[in-house]
Amino acid sequence: MALQDADALFQHKIDNEIKIEPKDFMPEAYRKTNIRQISQHAHSEIVGMLPEANWISRAPSLKRKAILLAKVQDEAGHGLYLYSAAETLGTSRDEMINDLHIGKAKYSSIFNYPSLTWADMGVIGWLVDGAAILNQVALCRTSYGPYARALVRICKEESFHQRQGFDSLLVLSKGTPAQKEMCQDAINRWWWPSLMMFGPKDSESTNNDQSIKWKIKRKTNDELRQSFVDMAAEQVKVLGMVLPDEKLKWNSQKNQYDFGEINWVEFWNVVKGNGPCNKQRLAARVKAHEDGAWVREAAIAFAEKRKMKREILKEPAI
Amino acid sequence: MQQVNSANNQTDLIELDSGKVPLWEGFREAFILHLADNALILAQRNSEWCGHGPVLEQDIAITNISLDLLGQARNLYQYAALLINKEPHNLSASSLHSGGKEVTEDSLSFLRTEREFKNCLLVEQPNGNWGYTILRQYLFSVYQFLLYGQLQYSEDENLAAIAVKSLKEVTYHVRWSSEWVIRLGDGTAESHKKMVQALEEVWSFTGELFLPEPYENEAITGFDLVALQHSWLQQITNVLKEATLFSSALNEKVFMQSGGKKGLHTEHMGYILAELQFMQRAYPDAEW
Ligand SMILES: [Fe+2]
Ligand SMILES: [Fe+2]
Repeated sequence: MALQDADALFQHKIDNEIKIEPKDFMPEAYRKTNIRQISQHAHSEIVGMLPEANWISRAPSLKRKAILLAKVQDEAGHGLYLYSAAETLGTSRDEMINDLHIGKAKYSSIFNYPSLTWADMGVIGWLVDGAAILNQVALCRTSYGPYARALVRICKEESFHQRQGFDSLLVLSKGTPAQKEMCQDAINRWWWPSLMMFGPKDSESTNNDQSIKWKIKRKTNDELRQSFVDMAAEQVKVLGMVLPDEKLKWNSQKNQYDFGEINWVEFWNVVKGNGPCNKQRLAARVKAHEDGAWVREAAIAFAEKRKMKREILKEPAI
Repeated sequence: MQQVNSANNQTDLIELDSGKVPLWEGFREAFILHLADNALILAQRNSEWCGHGPVLEQDIAITNISLDLLGQARNLYQYAALLINKEPHNLSASSLHSGGKEVTEDSLSFLRTEREFKNCLLVEQPNGNWGYTILRQYLFSVYQFLLYGQLQYSEDENLAAIAVKSLKEVTYHVRWSSEWVIRLGDGTAESHKKMVQALEEVWSFTGELFLPEPYENEAITGFDLVALQHSWLQQITNVLKEATLFSSALNEKVFMQSGGKKGLHTEHMGYILAELQFMQRAYPDAEW
């Protein structure tokens, strides 16, 4: 089959919602884009553990501690499925992790903000997992099969995280004055960074067109951001709190909320590595990896020893 | 590997039956608090690994163990609270009786002081490297395995139910941690060296496990703790031998530290509680 036909067949499959599987033909750029996107998503899950792990030792009740521990553990699980999905495209976890550690691969910038109070745990669940869900639900129908299947599983757990986050905020919102203040303060700090999670404006995003044509991406950044604002603007009322945006207003003509402008200078600054925690987050990941090197080496050495022993035992006796 | 997600991990608590509490007197609550404190403090220590493990799969595994221990602690504290609220005079811990409020799993874990915690010194030691954490987990899990193995036959039905549930979890902890002890002990020269060092460091905290406090006497626990030590030694010796870490000198040479079970802790304990209890101390009387 000529390459041209293969390309046409590939696009035909995409157009007809037939999933692309690891052994199928795919254009090199499609493979690369998927590796980039899936590994970036995996890194975000793993780096995203850090701001929340920061509060595990200080959770205010045993029940909240258990919920938080289990949540952060889920994120590790997400990272695991995603690294495996990316590996089906011919890369390895080691390679991907190395790219993260040398600063070549990105992760979601939201995790470069600090988690300062207990209320941040609730707000991260509500807004950060909430924004991730919108992104990911749109991706559950993405064209690459292993990624789409990993996402279905992940989305279920993310919705659960979002509900738990909101639930813990609801408790704060009905609590003491100090708890209410803590809740509003956390919303104030996380609101704009959450909006930034959807990426640059469509007019400035470089990857959108091709990704939409290949159905790697199913909705544009701005579309997703708008749904997020519409959702959060209603939910925040249940908490009796406000979103820190004076321009936020229901627009009955468009049937959606109008909202203010994101601080794009801050956005690009954090992307470029100047966020409040970029250095600490990466340093924490690198340290864990380096401290664990002897453990991984020992596990490999031991497995090899055992394999040799088994082979010796397998030799026929006579 | 066993994987649990958050959806089914939190509500997994034992239903307690207040009608079936036998009329134990004196030390019963102290014994249950001792078991609970062991589980909570080790859960707290292990959870420090979350997000920082040597490899993703093991980050998940140690967090699982932390969650299991936390679940055990909650069951035990809830049971202790039930007993204490029934017979408040049985517990001398004065810090619990301010305002005549009922105690809860949270007041028992967040409002007692260093001197009131009854966990053994072993579980409060800093995590050290992965090898130290694994070895501490293994030595403690085998102890818990044997202990719960006895307690599942307790006349106290609540305690027996908690033991039965915990035993399932601990069986997995023993398997997982013993595999790692063997893997690291018999892995590379470097890992072997690290494990030898870890064993030397951790060993002096193991004696206390079998040094019975008055609240652990046979009338309360239903078994002899010193006899348990024999089985413990036998079991760990086999694994340490396979891990090429066994040295008969260990038992004789090392002076055993103790005191935790009496509330005499190492200096680490104050810092553990400072973090653990921070929110409840900073925001008294808030619900979370
Ligand atoms: Fe996730
Ligand atoms: Fe999540």
